[in-house]
Parts: sequence; structure tokens; C-alpha cells
Amino acid sequence: MYNPYSLDGKTILITGAASGIGKATSIECSKVGAKVVAVDLNAEGLNALMPQLEGEGHISFAGNLCAEGFLKELSEQVPPLDGVFLCAGVSDTTPVKFITEEKIDRVMSVNLVAPIMMLKQLLIMKKINKGGSLVWMSSYGAEKVEPGLGIYAASKSAVNGIMRAYAKELIARKIRSNSIMPMMIRTELLSTLNNISDKNWEKQEAMYPLGFGSPLDVAYAAIYLFSDASRWITGTQIKMDGGSNL
Amino acid sequence: MDEKQFIQYFAEQFDETDASQLTLDTKFRDIDEWSSVIALSVMAMCAEEYDVILSANEMENANRISDVYNIVKAKTNK
Repeated sequence: MYNPYSLDGKTILITGAASGIGKATSIECSKVGAKVVAVDLNAEGLNALMPQLEGEGHISFAGNLCAEGFLKELSEQVPPLDGVFLCAGVSDTTPVKFITEEKIDRVMSVNLVAPIMMLKQLLIMKKINKGGSLVWMSSYGAEKVEPGLGIYAASKSAVNGIMRAYAKELIARKIRSNSIMPMMIRTELLSTLNNISDKNWEKQEAMYPLGFGSPLDVAYAAIYLFSDASRWITGTQIKMDGGSNL
Repeated sequence: MDEKQFIQYFAEQFDETDASQLTLDTKFRDIDEWSSVIALSVMAMCAEEYDVILSANEMENANRISDVYNIVKAKTNK
């Protein structure tokens, strides 16, 4: 069957694969033919994910992407990759007067430094195939900042900035680099955030003509960016906002 | 838990409201400069000074400074 969005024959590494958007993207990528390399800190979550992947040949690595040793081990052991989804991330809800270096470090190390260091290792080991696609998890919050989300916004703005550096530097090998900037997505991470009250959630959702997004919505955007259908797209930020900024 | 100290910390989240204007009985939502950012700051203050995580629901249901004080006190006694 004709399908320009097929990932048949492609191997895609996904960080943060044990939950939320990373998990949904892992499952959907497997459904459109990809072999998935699932990476997460949460070994139990990865074990639960693997049987949900369709097809054969998927592998998983449990470890801390902020640890140099794990990145080295990972880059040595992974097969050559056609796509990398830099999805693992943390949130933070600190008003500016309470920001500490420790809080900045925590968010930046996971959201920005870890993906950069992982890609560095993968590139040194020549594990990213010609024509490959890097997809960065950014956020609409990089542009539209809510109170308390300053550090998070800074990390996601930085992601958008460095994403373009990869697009520029890797284009000779036809490796593309793009980011996805969703607004509110219903995930497990979100439901653990306690800085928005139940009443406020309802108010928030009313601002989205298409409702809150689901992890699947982001997964489909990532699939597009991994597929050959997006071969002419690089250095771009895909905004997804459910119509809330119309 | 020291009430006076708590009121002092609470007052520090405002720019134009002095601790001397506040008591445990103060309805903080009636203070002119009260805002969602100050609500977030009060939550951050509770985390920083008392190591207590206040949920947005708890914050939203609180009206007097004593309501917040009592939640923090209950959680620090655990």
C-alpha cells in the first residue's frame, strides 16, 4: 500500500520512551514499520513498553542520559540510526524570584545538555545515517511563557536554537533537524504537576478550540519528520496549539 | 512553627504590603496586589522555607493566611 509516511526499514532512537509522548511515539513508529531503540531512565517502564511495540527487532536501553558513561555505552551499542527523537525532559514551576542555580542545572542538564552530549557521541561513532532525521522536543512554552515556567521556557528556547545548528552543520550529509513545539498535551507528567488547580485546568482547556493535545498528536508530527515525506524540511519548528492562538 | 516568621515570609511575596499589615486572620485575596504570580510565589516560599509542597487545589481553597499556615503546619508535623 502506498504510504509516504512509512518508516519501513528505518531505525529510530527515542529518549524518554517509557512514558507520555516518548512512549506514544515509540508505539506509533513501530506501527508504521520502524525498528525502535527505546531509551529511558525507567527500566520498569521500558519493560512494559517493549511488548506493546509492533514488529520485530526493537531494543531498549535503561540508563541516565546525563551520565557520560551511559552515553558512551549507548552510542557503542546502538545500531546505525535513521532518526533520533530527543524527547526526554523535565518540567519546573519556579517563579523568577525563587530560581536557584541548582534548579537551572537540573532542567538544563536533562532538556538541553543531555541531548547535545548524546548526539555528539552518536555523531563521533558515526551512528546517524545519511538522510537521517533529528527531532527535538521543544515547547510552545518557549514563546508563550506562563508564570513559573521561566527555566523551562529558557531550556526549550535553547533547544530551538541548537536544533538549527545541527540543521546547518549536518545538511551536507542530508541529516535534517527540526523541533516540535506543542502547547498543552495530556501526559502522565502533566497530571503530576500540582501548580494548576482542577478549576484552572477546566479554564485552560476552554482556551483550546481543538481541546488539549494528546501524546498521539505529537507522535504523528514526529513520524512525519522521520519519514521521507519531510525530506525537504530542516531547521523548522512545528507549532501545535490546538487552535489556541488563533 | 513560628506564626510571626510565617507571616513575615508570606509578606515577602508582596511588593507593597508590609508584614505589619498582615495577621493570620488576613484574607489575602482581598489585598490589592494579590495575583496568580504571588500565589505561585507563596507556594515556592513554602517549598523553600518549610520543604512543604502545596498543591494548586490547596492554594485555591485557602482564603486566610491561617489556612495556608495550617496546611504547612500539618505537613511539617508528618
